[in-house]
Amino acid sequence: MLAIWFALVLLVALSGTVSAEEVLKVDTGDTAWVLASAALVMIMTPGLGLFYGGMVRRKNAIATIMMSFVILALISVQWVLYGYSLAFGPDIGGIIGSLQWLGLNGVGQAPNADYAATIPALAFMIFQMMFAVITPALITGAFVERIKFSSFLVFALLWATLVYDPIAHWVWGVGGWLRNMGALDFAGGTVVHISSGVSALAIALVIGARKGFGKEPLEPHSIPMTVIGAVLLWFGWFGFNAGSAVASGGLAASAFVVTNTAAAAAALTWMLLSWRSRKPSVLGAATGAVVGLVAITPASGFVGPMAAIAIGIGAAVFCYSAMLFRMKRNVDESLDVWACHGIGGTWGAIATGIFATTLVNPAGANGLLYGNAAQVVTQAIAVAVTWIYAFAVTYILAKVIDATMGLRVKEEEEDVGLDIGQHAEKAYS
Amino acid sequence: MRKIEAIIRPEKLDAVRAALEEKGITGMTVVEVKGRGRQKGITLQWRAGEYRIEFLPKMKLEIIVDDKDVETTIGTICEAARSGKVGDGKIFIYPVEQVVRVRTGERGKDAI
Repeated sequence: MLAIWFALVLLVALSGTVSAEEVLKVDTGDTAWVLASAALVMIMTPGLGLFYGGMVRRKNAIATIMMSFVILALISVQWVLYGYSLAFGPDIGGIIGSLQWLGLNGVGQAPNADYAATIPALAFMIFQMMFAVITPALITGAFVERIKFSSFLVFALLWATLVYDPIAHWVWGVGGWLRNMGALDFAGGTVVHISSGVSALAIALVIGARKGFGKEPLEPHSIPMTVIGAVLLWFGWFGFNAGSAVASGGLAASAFVVTNTAAAAAALTWMLLSWRSRKPSVLGAATGAVVGLVAITPASGFVGPMAAIAIGIGAAVFCYSAMLFRMKRNVDESLDVWACHGIGGTWGAIATGIFATTLVNPAGANGLLYGNAAQVVTQAIAVAVTWIYAFAVTYILAKVIDATMGLRVKEEEEDVGLDIGQHAEKAYS
Repeated sequence: MRKIEAIIRPEKLDAVRAALEEKGITGMTVVEVKGRGRQKGITLQWRAGEYRIEFLPKMKLEIIVDDKDVETTIGTICEAARSGKVGDGKIFIYPVEQVVRVRTGERGKDAI
């Protein structure tokens, strides 16, 4: 029995090496960078858990952290089983990938020239997996402190399947209809940030406000924890954006520089905005860095450092205003995923159409400032489509889960907190 | 014997302890509390916008003294805990029926 198993393993290993050599040549530098980038993006999701965890009350700290942590596990399995195939598998009508790559069948050590000609297809797959992981985790900020864990798991899995995988295919999949239209999205402004931000608003409207919202102060319980989370996001984002070059070279370096520049400009701007209204806010500076990173994401492979400063400043101003607007409307989209990722992603996508230049990336396109106003229109179409699709599907999905399983915990449980109610654990004993 | 219950600013705790010690009053129990008086709450910042905290952190000191030490204790606390702004706190005085030292079983003034 054992001998047969070993023979099988050997056979698989041999066939793997053979196929890797017969087609495209793997570049070691590119592969090293993309694998390192995948690891960088991986740490963003638990980092996001800390970012959100610090902003909730202490009785919900670990329940909030757990949502990001468990999504890392859940979507990792979903992606290997069928998610990657739906998003990047052979195209069906521009709408979705086929199930031909089910269980990573045919995704091996040899490169796939359609996506990245110099790295193993498996490296591209695992890099993309980390994007699929963090996107539903971003939405968790919308319903913290009141969602039932079992319903959340069902929501996350169905959302990844029905919203993320199709949109990823439209924008990034070979044959995807938005990609064919010429929409630019270097590292996921529409796919990751608009889709999660708009979906957050939709599910927040279905689940309703937290008990005490607008009446009691729902205080952030640990700003240091949130700052650590923001720092991990900033750190990981180098993989997110510079890794999206799927090669180790000039474009990766350029994306790295504009990513850091936009984050810095936005952090400073947000700090100044809070200072103007009262005092320089730490939570504000951390939030500013994150929205700067969000906004530069789609543009990171197409713009230069001066554009990055403008994009960062714009991100802080628009997201800050969106947050005030959300609060004025009394919507408990608790941790402002819509204001940060929905609005930040929208600004980033439009800004890509304004500032993009083929001087940075010959494979990209010129934007408004370089004489191609049409690019802004193309970007706006991709934005609108993502808004409508993500909002509609998420709203229906949330309604269905609410009607069948119930999205919320019981009122007593909300009072006691989800840490004890849902997990029978305490963050601080 | 009297129990003196003093609610003071947290940052004044050490100054009060030191001042009382100089007067020979060394024993006290300290509790971290939240409360409000004329100072009411304070306004803090959210990521954008502000929110009100209606209860502020304070320290509550519980000190048992002999009747003759009551005025000294009150005077010392007032002097050491005062900042001159609203929120300096309050002092309450109660009669104490009995005091027992657990280790020796001593009672009354000797047990203070």
